Amino acid sequence: MAGGETEMEVEATSVRQIFRHLQERFPNIKSHMVDDISVAIDGSVFQDAWLKKVTENSEVYLLPRIGGG
Amino acid sequence: MDNSMDVGYSADDKELKFVGKRTNRPDGVDKVTGRARFGADARLPGMLYGKILRSPHAHARIISIDTSKAQMLSGVKAVVTRDDFEDRDSEFVPAGEMMVNYRDMVRNIMAREKVLYDGHAVAAVAATSITIAKQALKLIDVTYEVLPHVIDVVEAMAPGAPLLHDDLFTDGVEPKPTKPSNVAKRLEFNMGDIASGFAGADEILEKTFDTKPVHQGYIEPHSCLASFSENGSAELWCSTQGQYLVRAHCSKLVGMEISKLRVTPSEIGGGFGGKTVVFIEPVALALSKKTYRPVKITMTRDEVFRSSGPTSGGNVRVKIGITKDGKIMACEAELKYQAGAFQGSSVQPGCMCAFAPYDVANVNVIGWDVLSNRPKVAAYRAPGAPVSEYAVECVIDELAERIGMDPVDFRLKNAAKEGTQTAYGPKFGPIGFVEVLEATKALDHYKIPLGPNQGRGIGSGFWFNIGGETCVNLNVNEDGTLTLITGSPDIGGSRASMCNMAAEELGIDVGLINPIIADTSVLGFNFLSAGSRTTFACGLATIEAARNAIENMRKRVAQLWDIPLDAVVWEDGAARPASSNAGVFEPMTLPEIAKIAPKTGGPIAGHAEINAQGAGPGFGTHMVDVEVDKETGHVKVLRYTVIQDAGKAIHPSFVEGQYQGGAVQCIGWALNEEYVYGEDGRLQNSGFLDYRIPLASDLPMIDTKIVEVPNPNHPYGVRGVGETPIIPGLAAMSNAISNALGLRMTELPMSPPKVLKAIKEAGV
Repeated sequence: MAGGETEMEVEATSVRQIFRHLQERFPNIKSHMVDDISVAIDGSVFQDAWLKKVTENSEVYLLPRIGGG
Repeated sequence: MDNSMDVGYSADDKELKFVGKRTNRPDGVDKVTGRARFGADARLPGMLYGKILRSPHAHARIISIDTSKAQMLSGVKAVVTRDDFEDRDSEFVPAGEMMVNYRDMVRNIMAREKVLYDGHAVAAVAATSITIAKQALKLIDVTYEVLPHVIDVVEAMAPGAPLLHDDLFTDGVEPKPTKPSNVAKRLEFNMGDIASGFAGADEILEKTFDTKPVHQGYIEPHSCLASFSENGSAELWCSTQGQYLVRAHCSKLVGMEISKLRVTPSEIGGGFGGKTVVFIEPVALALSKKTYRPVKITMTRDEVFRSSGPTSGGNVRVKIGITKDGKIMACEAELKYQAGAFQGSSVQPGCMCAFAPYDVANVNVIGWDVLSNRPKVAAYRAPGAPVSEYAVECVIDELAERIGMDPVDFRLKNAAKEGTQTAYGPKFGPIGFVEVLEATKALDHYKIPLGPNQGRGIGSGFWFNIGGETCVNLNVNEDGTLTLITGSPDIGGSRASMCNMAAEELGIDVGLINPIIADTSVLGFNFLSAGSRTTFACGLATIEAARNAIENMRKRVAQLWDIPLDAVVWEDGAARPASSNAGVFEPMTLPEIAKIAPKTGGPIAGHAEINAQGAGPGFGTHMVDVEVDKETGHVKVLRYTVIQDAGKAIHPSFVEGQYQGGAVQCIGWALNEEYVYGEDGRLQNSGFLDYRIPLASDLPMIDTKIVEVPNPNHPYGVRGVGETPIIPGLAAMSNAISNALGLRMTELPMSPPKVLKAIKEAGV
């Protein structure tokens, strides 16, 4: 999906803006961005948080959605 | 609303009156007197009885289905087959908060081109009695072309294995295969440099483990009652962990708008993840749609085993390298998980959890999602994690022994803590694994001497925990009592926990709050009671609803006193002036405010509609002592202690219940439980006599130790406790038996014949 890239810097103030940057750069990633991706921001996992703010030095990870029993 | 953005909760260290207390269970009396209504208790006038014809073959093409004789039987009102369910495209689409492939789901609830496992639904009838419905099933003539089948996960991956779907091409492999296979997906998680990690290790151990699919073992079989109206709307009563997901799935499968289907959850006699999907519900709706009469379907125990979802079994290879002084340098694993007849095993969380308890720089985990001729798997507490962490924890224990290090000290030396980078992505926030291990070492249990043929085992485990969409209404009644309406089925005492939190916020007696579990028409969307989310997410919504109700009551009082809102505070169940500067007023209690509500603006309520975020990860350790009878292979569990970080135990009795229940399910999984298939691919032990879950007489008291390292994203520190307790016990049991016998078994269950075989082969 991301051509082997695993780490990058983007300028953004929210999760949604990060997603937009990534979608422009990697069009194949788009469907995953909408439905089956969670984000971890500075250690806390957010399942759906497009409007969550990120700060200048936020460390953001994309990870698969998590369910449970 | 995203709670972490806008609510601004903060930990509160005031003395708590109800949070953390063992308050009475609001639903307790009705459950012990038999008044509580479970799935099979639903009845309506004119009700028909539905029964489902199921495949006797593990794998066969359906040549024809002739229902004409059945339809002519007196008392039969409707028959449905594959022709009554519209086909769906093969794509994963959101359903509530889940990704679902409805092409697979429509085939799972009613076979189309092929039957893919013993017990796969082929047709269903609705009749005026169960007897007539059963007779009708015998009159349905299905012509099959029997096909070769495959049950074992490794055999299903092999070239030339019988193929379940000729349009399944493995995802995650480059280039994408041009030939179909039973392998749906390949996953890989990497961190660091695995080769250099192993190069720096003094000791390396590699082993392969095998586990069988096991059933969640809920006592209450699936049951539902569907009633379709001529106006196109329908009602459905069923035993489920999530009425909103049932609504989403059924409306799609039956072809109706979501707003026209009202789903009411019954009390639930166990779910453990197995009641997060639908099997009989869309079938009952389809039968009711044909007759416009209520149709009830209740699975037999045989159907539960053959046709609902067990959890994945797996084949797991683990390789770990350590230094002489016990530092883990590199971890590698390959997981092959059974998905059953359709893709979607729990291999992904299995990969993510495998090494999560440890601070390791170099990790490589590969996972395979593999189909075979078994029922499609469903979630089972911490889906995927028990199997992978079982294998890892066994290797961890052997490595600790190899370098002569105490197994708890070994884990402590490598334990993940705040700031530890995980292989699946994020760094951990505040977590309590170190505190759990320190509490383990401090237990008296750890110091009890063992006798001959006895062994002690330790195992640890991790689960993420989740939040999710949740709505709560809190109605202030005219007599000053409150009705707390949530959309989360109470599968583990959540009513009491919600009442504890609401009472704490409101400053009133917990007995004044009556909790109700709502149907889908009452509240906005609520995600499942699953993923250890209910106490965390529904708790957040309950707290927010209570605070909203308090604010509304403060507004009424501020208007009465003709002072600003911020001059009115809420303390001990009453509105009071914030200070003497606000004026001199007698406090107004909640009942006083409720009584005059009609004159101050009308009814008062609090609401919350949130998407709860920031769940706190859970860590736990199990310690078990066993004694092995070398003549029979029987393993007796002598002592068992569960140590786990709850963040905060809102109701300690229910936290302990989760710990104890998880431990018992671990014991069953480790010692006896497995699906046994014959050469013909048919399940041979589809009842509790042959599929042996632990009985009370098999068990010692399960002791518990609640560790509390607060989750900063919840006002009382809640993490969620339902998933983690089923993870550590498989390895703890295996390590205990290994220590008792001086040999390592690498296959579950460790049933008496297998233990005897291992003893004889090892000559111990």
